[in-house]
Amino acid sequence: MNSKTEEQNFIQKMREREAYGKRNDKEHNEMQIEFDAVSINEAFARTAVASFLTPLNPTLEEISDVKTAVSEAVTNAVIHGYDEEYFKQYRIRTEDQGEEKQTKPKVYIHCVLDGDVLHVEIWDKGKGIANIELAMEPLYTSKPEQDRSGMGFAFMEAFMDDLEVISEPGYGTTVLMKKKVGVSSWIEHEE
Amino acid sequence: MEIGFNDFKVIENYLMVKMPEEIDHHKSQAISRIADDFILQERIGNIVFDFEDTVFMDSSGIGIIMGRYKKITFFGGKVYTINTSPRIKRTLMISGLHKIIEIME
Ligand SMILES: Nc1ncnc2c1ncn2[C@@H]1O[C@H](COP(=O)(O)OP(=O)(O)OP(=O)(O)O)[C@@H](O)[C@H]1O
Ligand SMILES: [Mg+2]
Repeated sequence: MNSKTEEQNFIQKMREREAYGKRNDKEHNEMQIEFDAVSINEAFARTAVASFLTPLNPTLEEISDVKTAVSEAVTNAVIHGYDEEYFKQYRIRTEDQGEEKQTKPKVYIHCVLDGDVLHVEIWDKGKGIANIELAMEPLYTSKPEQDRSGMGFAFMEAFMDDLEVISEPGYGTTVLMKKKVGVSSWIEHEE
Repeated sequence: MEIGFNDFKVIENYLMVKMPEEIDHHKSQAISRIADDFILQERIGNIVFDFEDTVFMDSSGIGIIMGRYKKITFFGGKVYTINTSPRIKRTLMISGLHKIIEIME
C-alpha cells in the first residue's frame, strides 16, 4: 500500500466482501428432519427449528413464537394424524392387501430461511382432515376427552405471520407457516 | 425434569400446582392426572397454577387449565394463576381463559 487512501479503500473493500459473504450464507439456508411420531420428540422438534433460526439473531419473543407454532403442528401430527382411527384404517389396509408392514409413523419438518423470512413446513402421512375450515376454528377440537383445548391452529395463526393448511383424508396433513425474523445482524455490525 | 407429587401441595383447601419449565403435550398428561387425583380424593376447593419456573407453554397448558376448571367449578371452586409472565398471560388471553379464571398480579 503506498498511500493512506489506497489502504482505506482496501479495508473498505474487504469489509464489504466480508459482509457480502455473511449475507450470502443467510440469504438461503435449508434443512429437513424426520422423526418418530411420539410425544417425547415434540421438545426436540421445536428446539431444532429454534436452533436453525439462530443465524438470523431472533429476539426471545420470536424464538418463543416459532417454538410454540412448531410444537402445535408437531403435536397435532402425533395425536390427531396418527390416532387410533389411523391405526385401524392402516391395519385393514395392510391385512387386505398384504402390504409389507411399514416402519413407525413419522413427522417431517422442512425449513427454509429466505433472507429474513423463515418458512416451516410440517407434515404427516396420517389420517388427514375432512373439514379444514371447522378444524381451524378456535376452540374446535375432535378430542375434548383428551384435555385438548382446540387452540392449536389459533396459536399458529397468532404467533406466525402466515398459516396455510393442506390436507387430504387418508393421505395426511401439511402445515405451511411463515415468519419474518430478526433484523439482519450484519447491517448492525457495519454501523 | 419429570413432574411428580412434589410439585403438588395442599394449603387449606387450595391445591397448589408448580408448573414445569416446559409445558407441552408430553408433559401435560401427568400433570392433569395427578391434579385430578387431588381434586377427587383430597376434596380440595380451589386450584392455583404457579408458573414461576415456566419458560415454554403451548396449547396443552390451556388444555390442563380448561380441563381442571370444568372439574373444580362443578364443585363450586375457583381457578387461579400466579407468577404469570407476560408471555403466559398472552397465551391465556388469546384462548379467552382470563375471562373464567383469575390471573393474580
Ligand atoms: N395433523 C392432523 N391430522 C389430523 N387432524 C388434525 C391434524 N391437525 C389438526 N387436526 C384436527 O383439527 C382439530 C383442531 O386442531 P387444533 O390444534 O386447533 O386443536 P386440538 O389439537 O384439538 O387442541 P389443542 O391444540 O388446543 O391441544 C383437531 O382436534 C383435529 O381434529
Ligand atoms: Mg392441537
